[in-house]
Amino acid sequence: MSVLSCPLPFTADDFIVLGHGSGGRLSARLMEDVFLPAFRNPALDRMDDQAVVDVPAGRLAMSTDSYVVKPLFFPGGNIGELAVFGTVNDLAVGGAVPKYLSAGFILEEGLPMDALRRIVTAMAVAARRCGVEIVTGDTKVVEKGSGDQIFINTAGIGFVPAGVSLSAAKVRPGDRIILNGSIGEHGITILSQREGLELGGDLRSDCAPLHELCAAVAAAAPGLRAMRDLTRGGLSSALNEIARSAHVGVEIEERAIPICDQVKGACEIFGLDPLYVANEGKMIAFVPEAEAEAALTAMRSQELGRGASIIGRVTEKHPRMVTLRTSLGTQRIVDMLAQDQLPRIC
Amino acid sequence: MKHLDEYRDEKLANALVARLKATATKPWVLMEVCGGQTHTLVRYGIDGLLPAGMEMIHGPGCPVCVTPLETIDKAIALAGMKGVILASYGDMLRVPGSETDLLRAKARGADVRVVYSPLDALKLARENPGREVVFFGIGFETTAPPNAAAVWQAARQGVMNFSLLASHVLVPPALRALLGAEGNRVQGLIAPGHVCAIVGLADYHAIAREFHLPIVVGGFEPVDLLEAIVMLADQLEQGRAEVENQYTRSVRVDGNALAQAMLADVLTVCDRKWRGLGEIPRSGLKVSAKYAAWDAELKFGLTDRPVEEPKECISALILQGRKKPPECAAFGVRCTPERPLGAPMVSSEGACAAYYQYRRFEAERELVEIGR
Repeated sequence: MSVLSCPLPFTADDFIVLGHGSGGRLSARLMEDVFLPAFRNPALDRMDDQAVVDVPAGRLAMSTDSYVVKPLFFPGGNIGELAVFGTVNDLAVGGAVPKYLSAGFILEEGLPMDALRRIVTAMAVAARRCGVEIVTGDTKVVEKGSGDQIFINTAGIGFVPAGVSLSAAKVRPGDRIILNGSIGEHGITILSQREGLELGGDLRSDCAPLHELCAAVAAAAPGLRAMRDLTRGGLSSALNEIARSAHVGVEIEERAIPICDQVKGACEIFGLDPLYVANEGKMIAFVPEAEAEAALTAMRSQELGRGASIIGRVTEKHPRMVTLRTSLGTQRIVDMLAQDQLPRIC
Repeated sequence: MKHLDEYRDEKLANALVARLKATATKPWVLMEVCGGQTHTLVRYGIDGLLPAGMEMIHGPGCPVCVTPLETIDKAIALAGMKGVILASYGDMLRVPGSETDLLRAKARGADVRVVYSPLDALKLARENPGREVVFFGIGFETTAPPNAAAVWQAARQGVMNFSLLASHVLVPPALRALLGAEGNRVQGLIAPGHVCAIVGLADYHAIAREFHLPIVVGGFEPVDLLEAIVMLADQLEQGRAEVENQYTRSVRVDGNALAQAMLADVLTVCDRKWRGLGEIPRSGLKVSAKYAAWDAELKFGLTDRPVEEPKECISALILQGRKKPPECAAFGVRCTPERPLGAPMVSSEGACAAYYQYRRFEAERELVEIGR
């Protein structure tokens, strides 16, 4: 004979359920237990529908990006750090001092609460490291199968110091191009995690905030023309974007581009070109020739710029095109990628 | 990086170029067979380093490019069938079939998975017992053994929901067709190193005798290719027509016995249509009768539906080495990697893709000048 009893309700603390996006009590608890304690700052604590902040006179920079990386946690970082550093870097390469972020979360039903806590904590730590505050946000929950665990959107606002005005349009023939370190580490780390590839050694994502490095370059090279962070599409896409916007040619030296052996090896195996592989802590700066050495020294004096090198120059020849001097001394085009690189057959 | 940088070294390359210039007295015309070799040549501008008049003709060795439209259509049809997972190397996803490509079919709901090995496809089959997993097995003698091994393992493990859509092709019959055709200009051949690593050199000795043609089995790095070109020039200047092996670090005279045994057990020689070259007798490999249960063609009752190639695409002439990509009126204009007319523009080993990617402004002759 069965005993009738009143079952205890599940507390729904272990993983995300649809109710966490309902706007009701579960949503409020998620806010109070997870987001608020991590992100705490005066603008957010007011819990209004919008963040109201003080701004100095001058110009604002604004940027937004969405993060959908898989796996969520990888050697060298996680989706939370990416979501903060990525948007901070987009602001920083424009010469802005990043100040405020918004954070929008799209959670899939079933996401372990522990994973969300780790991600949110990582975002809070990352934000403090960058000197930015996460002042407003939103959470939605979608049904199982309608998302992929967690998607994050961040938008950021930064203040542009007086006298700073960077733009691809300012790039001129003769300018030098400086890269802050070895390329391809984020993309290959993610690929090897997905494919279970053991590359040996300790390859990690280069996921890092570039605001201090950018500020150091701007201070050392007053004539700084433009900067770009290298993300999807890699070094090649960033160079092609500048060549197109500035209507100039870009020439780079294969031998001057630092690439670590694990990335080289993995690219050989998968048939990828490291110039197109994603980065999350790399940037290029376009500086007048006369200021190139000063900018290089400034970069190398920073932890994230130790491996910096001058990789090429801007030219009047072949406008809107990027070329590379190969290790054989010949020249070839570095094209804009049509779509994602797909692994080749043999 | 060890075992890589030395094969891309400027000093070594310059020494080989100097030797070549000292050796070659005539404008020899050579063909590199493999698409991987074509890409290295174009990417590193090696043809621009050769003595004036000496020419490289690009061969038919791009497995993706020679896969006929009908086979791509079959793969797309299979991918759209309920309950089927089509697993493929990434290369094949952008190749246009007669109406669409696998990437677009995937976007519209077909279950297409990119894998790095046929054994990953076999694993998918084990993990999805309620689904049929088909591996799209294309390529030359190089990719055939692992595909055969996947079928062999499926048979041994009793994995009945796995099958192979095999469209394998063999290099020697295609070479004979090209070398025997009227107007052939090829005077020396760089044989595909990876194919020879599997099958050995016997077939190439026969071809060298039949066509009195010097052949050097070559690797895929710039220094490999330059060394192979020097060896061919030496043979041509001395009137020899022998098979020599430049790629000794990978290729043994008898090839790989284990891989050959796997091929002989699981696959069998058949007639095969090549995109651009047409039907060539005994030029392909299909799943043998012993393994019929793992042959996707039989399992799903697939039949060829003949379709027309796009009229403007000259991939037939490209694959035969009779035209170079910039000689095509559509090149870079109506045919680009985003909107390809034919496979050579999207395959990572396709000649059109190589020229588009690395040399697009060849038309202006500017880079050629810089390259020199």
